[in-house]
Amino acid sequence: MQETGTKLGESKCPELLEAFPQAILSVDDYLGDLSVSVRAADIRPIVHFLKETPSQCYEFLMDLFGMDYEGYAREMPGRFAVVYGFYSYSRKARLRLKAFLTQHEIDSIHDIYKAANWFEREAFDMFGIHFKGHPNLKRILCHHEFKGHPLRKDFPSNNYQRLRTALPSTEL
Amino acid sequence: MAFTTRLEDFVNWGRSNSLWPLPFGTACCAIEYMSVVSSHYDVSRFGAEVVRFSPRQSDCLLVLGTVVEKMGPVLKQIYDQMLEPKWVISVGVCASSGGFYRAYHVMQGIDEIIPVDVYVRGCPPTPEGIIYGLMKLQEKIKKGGIVRARDRHKVRGK
Repeated sequence: MQETGTKLGESKCPELLEAFPQAILSVDDYLGDLSVSVRAADIRPIVHFLKETPSQCYEFLMDLFGMDYEGYAREMPGRFAVVYGFYSYSRKARLRLKAFLTQHEIDSIHDIYKAANWFEREAFDMFGIHFKGHPNLKRILCHHEFKGHPLRKDFPSNNYQRLRTALPSTEL
Repeated sequence: MAFTTRLEDFVNWGRSNSLWPLPFGTACCAIEYMSVVSSHYDVSRFGAEVVRFSPRQSDCLLVLGTVVEKMGPVLKQIYDQMLEPKWVISVGVCASSGGFYRAYHVMQGIDEIIPVDVYVRGCPPTPEGIIYGLMKLQEKIKKGGIVRARDRHKVRGK
């Protein structure tokens, strides 16, 4: 799944490749926009590596969201992916990490980056991706009576659902 | 000097000229409504300037903006809390039909859950449009009988 002509050995993240040779599926460095695809099973050690290793030092988890590749033009390593956006204040560097899921689940990183807590709830709500070890994995945007995961490609856009109750403040 | 009239006409004249609006503002239509109640457009000329933010103290519910499905039960509860007689103006296309939000999360018109008396078109409507809707409601009140809202209206599809 080589996304551009960059060979793995020539990439701009040699430390990451050296540390996780088996986990990394591809590296894309389009216009200086570094993007690394990995197996979901190894996400926790990789994220921990990116945060704690001095050569990486990605202090800031900017974003975390799900992807649904159903019907995508190219063959992908899995239907769902979780995409992490990292930024390093000290190095002024960005890194996009894509973890491809084989099941609908992946390990939570809420204890490595606290910002991941609500992001993971959003990805769970929108895509039904289960984050193992998350302390409070319940819907964050949709109503608790809502059925389905609306950003999945097979979710009909006209799936209106009449809700019975106003959301209690404890569910917010 | 003496006037003669029907009781019904007298009551309706009073009601139509002293509407107490409750703004249920969820989007840009509510910004337009701020102009309507301010001095330039001055809705007090129509006797509907005393805006109350409690359903117990108002009789004209103005739904100003997009109502998502999650907000639906809240809107219904507020409507149910209003005392009779009560009227509803649906301001703008979002409240009236969902507008350009043709997707799972937005109610395709508030008349799916509460009865609506007047629909105001526009995205957002001009202040003149909202005043026109209010005048249409006044006409409707003057023509109507002294009956309860639930006898006047039905919710769409029921």
